[in-house]
Amino acid sequence: MAAARLLKDEATEEKGDRARMASFIGAMAIADLVKTTLGPKGMDKILQSTGRGRNVTVTNDGATILKSLHIDNPAAKVLVDISKVQDDEVGDGTTSVVVLAGELLREAEKLVNQKIHPMTIIAGYRMAAECARNALLLKAKDNKQDPDKFKSDLMKIAMTTLSSKILSQDKEHFAKLAVDAVLRLKGSTNLESIQIIKKAGGSLKDSFLDEGFILDKKIGIGQPKHIENAKILVANTAMDTDKVKIYGARVRVDSMAKVAEIEGAEKEKMKQKVQKIIAHGINCFVNRQLIYNFPEELFADAGILAIEHADFDGIERLALVTGGEIASTFDNPESVKLGHCKLIEEIMIGEDKLIHFSGVEMGQACTVVLRGASSHVLDEAERSLHDALCVLSQTVNDSRVLLGGGWPEMVMAKEVDELARKTPGKKSHAIEAFSRSLQAIPTIIADNAGLDSAELISQLRAEHHKDTTNAGIDIISGGVGDMDKLGISEAFKVKQAVLLSATEAAEMILRVDEIITCAPRRREDRM
Amino acid sequence: MALAFDEYGRPFIIIKEQGQKARLRGLDAQKANISAGKAVARILRTSLGPKGMDKMLQSPDGDVVITNDGATILEQMDVDNQIAKLMVELSRSQDYEIGDGTTGVVVLAGALLEQAEKLLERGIHPIRISEGYEMASKLSVEHLESISQKFEFSVTNIEPLVQTCMTTLSSKIVNRCKRALAEIAVKAVLAVADLERKDVNLELIKVEGKVGGKLEDTELIYGILVDKDMSHPQMPKRIEDANIAILTCPFEPPKPKTKHKIDIDTVEKFQTLRQQEQNYFDDMVQKCKDVGATLVICQWGFDDEANHLLMHRNLPAVRWVGGVELELIAIATGGRIVPRFQELTTEKLGKAGLVREKSFGTTKDRMLYIEHCANSRAVTIFIRGGNKMMIEETKRSLHDALCVARNLIRNNSIVYGGGSAEISCSIAVEAAADRYPGVEQYAIRSFAEALDSIPMALAENSGLPPIDTLTAVKSQQIKRCLEHFIYLQHLNILMAWLLQEGNPYCGIDCNDVGTNNMREQNVFETLIGKQQQILLATQVVKMILKIDDVITPAEY
Repeated sequence: MAAARLLKDEATEEKGDRARMASFIGAMAIADLVKTTLGPKGMDKILQSTGRGRNVTVTNDGATILKSLHIDNPAAKVLVDISKVQDDEVGDGTTSVVVLAGELLREAEKLVNQKIHPMTIIAGYRMAAECARNALLLKAKDNKQDPDKFKSDLMKIAMTTLSSKILSQDKEHFAKLAVDAVLRLKGSTNLESIQIIKKAGGSLKDSFLDEGFILDKKIGIGQPKHIENAKILVANTAMDTDKVKIYGARVRVDSMAKVAEIEGAEKEKMKQKVQKIIAHGINCFVNRQLIYNFPEELFADAGILAIEHADFDGIERLALVTGGEIASTFDNPESVKLGHCKLIEEIMIGEDKLIHFSGVEMGQACTVVLRGASSHVLDEAERSLHDALCVLSQTVNDSRVLLGGGWPEMVMAKEVDELARKTPGKKSHAIEAFSRSLQAIPTIIADNAGLDSAELISQLRAEHHKDTTNAGIDIISGGVGDMDKLGISEAFKVKQAVLLSATEAAEMILRVDEIITCAPRRREDRM
Repeated sequence: MALAFDEYGRPFIIIKEQGQKARLRGLDAQKANISAGKAVARILRTSLGPKGMDKMLQSPDGDVVITNDGATILEQMDVDNQIAKLMVELSRSQDYEIGDGTTGVVVLAGALLEQAEKLLERGIHPIRISEGYEMASKLSVEHLESISQKFEFSVTNIEPLVQTCMTTLSSKIVNRCKRALAEIAVKAVLAVADLERKDVNLELIKVEGKVGGKLEDTELIYGILVDKDMSHPQMPKRIEDANIAILTCPFEPPKPKTKHKIDIDTVEKFQTLRQQEQNYFDDMVQKCKDVGATLVICQWGFDDEANHLLMHRNLPAVRWVGGVELELIAIATGGRIVPRFQELTTEKLGKAGLVREKSFGTTKDRMLYIEHCANSRAVTIFIRGGNKMMIEETKRSLHDALCVARNLIRNNSIVYGGGSAEISCSIAVEAAADRYPGVEQYAIRSFAEALDSIPMALAENSGLPPIDTLTAVKSQQIKRCLEHFIYLQHLNILMAWLLQEGNPYCGIDCNDVGTNNMREQNVFETLIGKQQQILLATQVVKMILKIDDVITPAEY
């Protein structure tokens, strides 16, 4: 009796096998959900939000799908979390990591049913993961020394990543675009300096990379639309009414005349500020905050292009690109670094006017303009491009490369199988299971492409028992192909992260033998 | 009695019965309490030891915690039962005092309660049971003292400390890289330890976590890590030989605490105020610059103008740094926290060899490293891991390891783990029981039996046959004693003999290494940790046994 009332009402407790079953089922359900999106022939999902407007997202990005799910099963939450981390860390492989973790748990369930203790399974998995990682390390190629080869590696990786996304039709175009953009970063992983602008209209093929900087703003009326050799002051300052910031100050007057006087003084103050800004010898002024009509007019009079309300990221990027500094006080014009660019002009993309800064000093930043038929396509294109950019920027730092198309999985599976044969004891079952889970990934890729997976995988396995092979699944011809010749590559870092995170997550879920769910917090009725 | 009569014979009610109150009395109350306590212990029982399982807990807000740390499980469980809450308290106080052994203490208390129930059924008065337990716990604490060993270590020889921390970590999910983590924990503790006073202030060790990377990337930083970036994106990302001004005043015009109003009614006033305001910012930045600061760390925000002025005068700054972090930075860099710009002097600046910003992953995550500090007495452990839950669990595990290392520095006595200490105590208590006349003898024997439950749980969790294993180990511990016992026939001599010749190092071979000798397996626990476990568990059990009336207001 007392035991039943140990926890609060509505709290539930599941023990032993039931708990394990609940977590297995939850995790596998999640894995099965995203499974069909894997590989170049993977399908997309439509997500409809429950919020106002019922926004619809069409995607096949694992992290995006899982992020939008409302999940109650705690084990499923663990999988969602690893996918999120994968997205943050390397940007790609978000589906693979969940599928692999799901497969590992599926195999573990079978072993548990054969009365093998979870701890033994974990021990086996750990050994297998270590062995698989070493196998990958041995097979990874590093072409950093040879710039041409490295660039072609990058191209291949970008194409492989993009081939499973909506951009696959124009993957060469986009791969080139992504590689160019990332190479401009010169090794930094700060993707902030790559700006992506989405404009509906045109087709995906019309998307382009611009070496300059494009700001999605309009030029003030009556101001020059075309400036050569621009000197730019990037600022973050109030250009509406410059309030007195001293605490407690307020205006209290006793006659209308005085109001007018103070208003005059305020205007005078603003005018002085504008004068000071103009004294910097600039012909373009970009502010993060609003610029009111009065100062705008003053700028227009001085022939200065004034751009208001550029968002914060835009300001930072603009400062980075033009080499200026973000200013908030204007008393020392001689020591403020101004930004420079060759040409500022208004350009039209579709029907929108944008401001284009070209010939900028710092070559790091660039802008990608995405065109597409609808906002859903654009959103998905942005996500895909983001994945590709992430992977590339990580590869620039860690330039080890592997082949794709299920090749790394088969290599790992072979090594792990070998290990299983050498290991005495119950652990070897777990190690074998690990190898089966690894093989599940090419199987799913083949299944998704509508190929005969059982046939293909057995062929692949036979192929991999030769010493050196580049065999992988060739989705296009539907058979086993040479991945090196087909140019399908993947980044080592992505594969390694997939392997390690998936094993870690599976281990975590396996260790659980009891789930205690607290009573959900009651929302107070706010009426 | 719920009903009493006053001097005129009129009845009146002292406690409202039935509908309003639920009431349990006498043996029923004790039994109900015991079963609640046992239920809690049962939950934790499977988490004990290196092969213990984890628990998955879902909080009221839907967050998931996966852990096998006893204190954390109980805290997250949100128990409703009063007695269960006592057990939660028990685990928490072990956590506060020692930091490790939070699961063991609850399992022990559960076993003691189970034994007490049997004794109660035989009709032994609860107070007699508690007294017996008290004596037994005293005995075992003394016995632990006698089987403990001094563990010599020095700053150069940290191996013993690392071994002990590894024992703690081996029961956690992080046992994959327990060696590395144990070394980190020991180095961190030694860096901040005051070896003269034998004390460690664990607050000087900051534990930061960031998802991503792998567990092996976890590192110890001799300095401070702040999860902030420079206030202005264009400030330098790397500062060498930084002189740090640590401020708790904002770069904003002052806000007097007394209420006041400044009325602007003339143009002149407007202009003077404007002038003043500009001077404020100028003065502030100038003051920092004048004392020679090359980095400003501030607890509050900056006005845009101040921010630019700082940037302009080449004075990098960090804003919105939390109070605790600020203190740590002050300790590490040897600086003083300055509450007013007027009080800023060169002596109050902190020194650091290198301050750098580092970014992680594909998102815009940056952290600030403050390294090579003047005073390296504050360190940071930076944990990386596959997911959020992993990081949280690693934090908890490291906390345990840090506590163990600290306890060893305070008192370098250790006992052997793997249940060997409990078995040894159990033998000693059992042997001593016969000396006590009276009913307590039974309670003392039960105590010995309760002690056996820990190695028993260890064996169970490791998949070994519990009774077989326990009896085998126990007999190993006293085997040769018994032969002697026939000749000696004297208890005190037996006890003395036990200490000299017996083998109190035999424990449960959880990892299937092949030897029962915990000394060879290098499984150690701290003496104070073990003693505390026994004392705390006994105390709580005594408290629970003393309750003979439970009154709960009925639900309404």
